[in-house]
Amino acid sequence: MSAGKTVTLNMGPQHPSTHGVLRVVLELDGERVIKATPVIGYLHTGIEKTMESKLYYKALPATDRMDYLSPMSNNLGYCLAVEKLMDIDVPEKVKWARVCLAELTRIKSHLVWLGTHALDLGAMSMLLYAFRERESIVDIYEACGGQRMMTSYIRIGGLAHELPRDFDKLVRKALKQIPQGVKDYEDLLTANEIFIRRTRDVAVISAGDAIDYSLSGPMLRGSGVNYDVRKANPYSGYENFDFQIPLGKKGDAYDRYLIRVEEIKQSLRIIQQAIDGMPEGPYRAHIPGVVLPPKEDILYKMESMIFHFKIITEGFKAPCGSVYQAVEAPKGELGFYIAGDGTNKPNRVRVRPPSFINLASLPKLVEGGLFSDVVCAIGSVDIVLGEVDR
Amino acid sequence: MNEVLKAVGNIFLKMPKGFVVTFKHLFKKPITLDYPRKKNPMTARYRGKHYLERYDDGTERCVCCGLCAAACPADAIYMEPEENEKGERRAKMYEINLLRCIFCGFCEEACPEEAIFLGQVYEFSEDNRNSFIVGKDDMLVPHPRKDNPLKRIYRRVRRVYGVTDKSK
Repeated sequence: MSAGKTVTLNMGPQHPSTHGVLRVVLELDGERVIKATPVIGYLHTGIEKTMESKLYYKALPATDRMDYLSPMSNNLGYCLAVEKLMDIDVPEKVKWARVCLAELTRIKSHLVWLGTHALDLGAMSMLLYAFRERESIVDIYEACGGQRMMTSYIRIGGLAHELPRDFDKLVRKALKQIPQGVKDYEDLLTANEIFIRRTRDVAVISAGDAIDYSLSGPMLRGSGVNYDVRKANPYSGYENFDFQIPLGKKGDAYDRYLIRVEEIKQSLRIIQQAIDGMPEGPYRAHIPGVVLPPKEDILYKMESMIFHFKIITEGFKAPCGSVYQAVEAPKGELGFYIAGDGTNKPNRVRVRPPSFINLASLPKLVEGGLFSDVVCAIGSVDIVLGEVDR
Repeated sequence: MNEVLKAVGNIFLKMPKGFVVTFKHLFKKPITLDYPRKKNPMTARYRGKHYLERYDDGTERCVCCGLCAAACPADAIYMEPEENEKGERRAKMYEINLLRCIFCGFCEEACPEEAIFLGQVYEFSEDNRNSFIVGKDDMLVPHPRKDNPLKRIYRRVRRVYGVTDKSK
């Protein structure tokens, strides 16, 4: 290495492999990366501040727009946090439906990750195959919430609507289609020498470092640390489901690939259990003054109509106090800290975004490695810039 | 040297598995659509461009109560009330700014008169900004729709309460 002859290179914010508007300032010595500095903030939309200025139920659509690849997980995290603050119990069916939808979201997010990550490394057809399977999940979203990305389907105290009539059929169709797709991906990539050469021993992070950087999700489990919010602090009835947490050994990009593929399979298992054992019941908790009454009540019951008007115009008052509720989003631990001050708006909303914290480990992953591995490292972290900048 | 041999071996032994996957897709029917000519129908709950519903006798359902404007997280709805010749309240002005609208469907949920709905239309690009501020005339359906979502709601009401539509 020749000393003192380094080149500063700007990667992004328009670089296609930075998955959005991430800018990385790289200091290069030839092909070696000496120093990497991620620069964020290009997609800052002030979502946390927006949520503080809105009624509790009105802040929900903003959460869709953070991690736009997994809207249902964000909805779930926010709703669980508010329900914890308000001490709301949701019906059993809602819990099962939420688990089913959250796991579908995990598969959807991992499929997009798989497609784009493989595309970064030169496997174009992976993207097309992954998006084909994603379509079946997006169709379920559309049937449930009415939109393919910004669903806003999970609400405080339940769901927005009753589950669609063909929900069972659509989910079973997806359950049949996705394993075939996963088999295709594994045939294409798992034993592919080119893919292995690009990802094996690249972007390595040890278990100790992963804990020190406060990583979560597949980034942490790739290094062999067994931590999953679904097992550690079960929420929404995850303790009733039988699934395994895949763990990696080395903590390189290839391990993280294997873990995400295995997570898709485990999610399929959970969805199968959820759809087989879906209990009957209401789709919303009956809590006058907090949760909207069903539409048929509004048309024929005076009290329901009054509560409907009151909730829509004034919202509901949350007690003083603060809660933290974490869910296992596809990218890692997604936490919502909400401080209520006795009014109908939160005093403070703070999101613990998994992408943002995982991205902070990027310098550790790439420094000392080759320039072309930066692309692989960014891909394997699985970031969504909407969530990083919020 | 050993490693190189192993890698070359892998390329010839394991990678054909992947080529088979790609090759098989040659004979599969494409799932893509010839978009502008062919379209997938949207689901019943799809949240597209708004429309305002009418009663069966042709009067507007909207009474300009302002609940949709109160529910709107993006503050996209503006309205002013007036009275019609029979002394009933209705909207003089009802505007939705589609550039602000985030299509969350809260207005549809909030509406106590079942007047506003988010329809199936998703292609409404324009070449100037002013056209995105849609008024009452653009959104009111010309005549009561045959296959409107209200029928579904009333079916549910009948099942729950055993009563029929209260419409005039």
